[in-house]
Amino acid sequence: MKKLLVMALAVSMAAAVTGCTGGTSTETTAATTAAETTAEAEETTESAAETESDQETTEAADVMSYQEYMDAELDTEVTVQAYVQAKQSWWENQATVYAQDEEGAYFLYNMACSEEDYEKLVPGTKIQVTGYKAEWSGEVEIMDGTFEIIEGEEYIAPALDVTELLGTDQLIDHQNQFVEFKGLTVESAGQDDSGNDVAFLYNWDGSGTEGDDLYFNASYNGQTYTFTVESYLCDSSTEVYSAVKALEIGQTIDMEGFLYWYEGVNPHITSVTVAE
Amino acid sequence: MKRIRNICAFFLILAMCFPSLTGCHGKREQAAFTVPKEFDTSRQYELTFWAKNDTNKTQTDIYKEAIRDFENLYPNITVNLRLYTDYGDIYNDVITNISTGTTPNVCITYPDHIATYLTGDNVVVPLEELFDDETYGLGGSALLFQSPDQSQIVPQFLEECSIGGHYYALPFMRSTEACYINKTYVEALGYTIPDIVTWDFIWEVSQAAAEKNPDGTFKLNGQEVMIPFIYKSTDNMMIQMLRQKNAGYSTNTGEVEIFNDTTKEILYTIADYTENGAFSTFKISGYPANFLNAGQCVFAIDSTAGATWMGSEAPLVDIAEEALVDFEIAVRPVPQYDPEHPQMISQGPSLCIFNKEDPQEVLASWLFAQYLLSNKVQIAYSSTEGYVPVTLLAQNSPEYQDYLSRAGEDNNTYYDVKIQASQLLLDHAEDTFVTPVFNGSASLRSAAGQLIEEVTKSVRRKKEVDEAYIESLFRDVTSLYHLDQQETMTEGKTDLGPLPATAKVLLGTLAVIWVFIFAYLAVSKMKNRKKSH
Repeated sequence: MKKLLVMALAVSMAAAVTGCTGGTSTETTAATTAAETTAEAEETTESAAETESDQETTEAADVMSYQEYMDAELDTEVTVQAYVQAKQSWWENQATVYAQDEEGAYFLYNMACSEEDYEKLVPGTKIQVTGYKAEWSGEVEIMDGTFEIIEGEEYIAPALDVTELLGTDQLIDHQNQFVEFKGLTVESAGQDDSGNDVAFLYNWDGSGTEGDDLYFNASYNGQTYTFTVESYLCDSSTEVYSAVKALEIGQTIDMEGFLYWYEGVNPHITSVTVAE
Repeated sequence: MKRIRNICAFFLILAMCFPSLTGCHGKREQAAFTVPKEFDTSRQYELTFWAKNDTNKTQTDIYKEAIRDFENLYPNITVNLRLYTDYGDIYNDVITNISTGTTPNVCITYPDHIATYLTGDNVVVPLEELFDDETYGLGGSALLFQSPDQSQIVPQFLEECSIGGHYYALPFMRSTEACYINKTYVEALGYTIPDIVTWDFIWEVSQAAAEKNPDGTFKLNGQEVMIPFIYKSTDNMMIQMLRQKNAGYSTNTGEVEIFNDTTKEILYTIADYTENGAFSTFKISGYPANFLNAGQCVFAIDSTAGATWMGSEAPLVDIAEEALVDFEIAVRPVPQYDPEHPQMISQGPSLCIFNKEDPQEVLASWLFAQYLLSNKVQIAYSSTEGYVPVTLLAQNSPEYQDYLSRAGEDNNTYYDVKIQASQLLLDHAEDTFVTPVFNGSASLRSAAGQLIEEVTKSVRRKKEVDEAYIESLFRDVTSLYHLDQQETMTEGKTDLGPLPATAKVLLGTLAVIWVFIFAYLAVSKMKNRKKSH
């Protein structure tokens, strides 16, 4: 009888432990709900992409050339095909991406994108994007877009040398393109706390710290221009971030990056090489 | 310039996940803080201070100088400064570090954010005991600097730091929003700017400013671009409009009331004027200051803490020099429905102190936080932008009064637009309000702005904004910001409903076993009695 009771108690305790685990269901449910929310959002994204895919099949003719895109009015719906060149950020199922084809480049701002799909957007990947043409402080972009990956073709844009276009009205024709600048001279970006000239600043006025955007100046033909290492595009772990921190005033440098616009040209630099 | 138009959404997701994260770490509860009787100066303390600046080097220099001065007073305390330019980044990092027990000692924050931090146990130090401590409290006898006593902190600013009946923060700086007006343009259109502008005035003048020439340029500026009215924070826009109309936003306990007929009416008005080209937002078009300074905007609404960017002579400018247009600028409170009873939002950074295992370390944190309320720091920092000091001690000091009286002496320290912006808040401190703070209030705030953003975008994209659209928008925003889960966020408890069948069987089994046990014991006892007889 004693053994029987001990067994029964052991079984009931095991069951009780299970019950306790079940008792934490509030926490588990909360976590699951969050996960489900994300999953639902992803499903929505996927579903949007699928819908887009279906539409694309039937409305292939609506895909615009780069020139048609540029001619389109702001706030109109546009559909383009282009190749991913760089990924800037991903937040809550929204991706910001530089894309380009042989004709021109596109800045895809806050495009619906699951984290899983974001991983697939490697440089060279062809995508079709439908969204709204917008302009924010001079930057022409496609916002609130959806996309689908088009299997097969790949394209990496060669860097276009726009050094001679610096300071000219023609430079904006290459907005968002992957470009290069050659033979520029590093100039002072400002002063440090001791009043010494420095080659770069954290944030535009030196108000930032490690991990923030880097701003630096370089001159060509007597004119000085400002360049940025955008920390979402190239964070503090990247080579370019370290390279800019190592710059010295007076050095001659070559740079590559994307021709972003903010109230004027504001190149987002992805590579800096000090000339020998 | 970093674009942070939509990153807040990421932090909202983090906030929503936060209660479950802290739940996972619930076993690592910290003891509640109690004030030590004496500060142990024989020991060294290393504090971290996460500070926010408005991408303004002068502000970061003031933080550094304040730390140097404080360390000179208390050589046994070292303060390590970590700089941020966005409240959302601090919020994100604090949440991440709460779960690992590596919060800073002191950080700049918003009360809305503290409400989320409070979902962890004893994470943030309640400050009443520290306020009242005779030795180290506000105006305490053993302080090595002049500190305000509690009555010398502007009462409504201090009240904004009260959450659930406890003070969890000290106000550091306060600002409100201002309407920065191209007076030259308004007068060119035949209008005179009243002391308090009304919404009707703003819409009427904006509509007039949106008129075009036959060649597509705008009559008012002859340029191809003119957005007469641009609002930086649409969260604040909706919140203030609802408040001024005495309409629902939320209850103090977090019940969402924003989806009401007044909100619909406001959205229809915004849709109408967006269609006429009279209105846009920062998220859609860009910084109001840039359009204002380029002569492409008549009414730019932004924080008083953005005043140094406003005007032809502004000390901080973000557009090319050749794009600047010369104009006379006027500074007014945000538009009102009832100009006799103006109402405007109070905002600005506060300081919170995080709990640590060592009460001496917390006391050192408190001393530093309190030092940031001293006159030198308050006056210097508030003078960098259109902020006002949070202490009456600083506000009434001869030094600060001298600063205010010198408006316009130069376009830097005494830039008149900046000082007018500060004066605006000083004059209207009694007319300010804040929204209720609860776990989830940051989400509701974002939702308020999202309604305006979506309507504005939709109109620009030629979509019809009608009853069906608004109802659908309400549903989408409710879902996006999880406002239908507000009850859970507020109370932190869930009705678990009736017991499941398995639990009932389990409890029944346990009861039967206990009956067996008692029966067995009773039978054994009876047998023993028989044996003993």
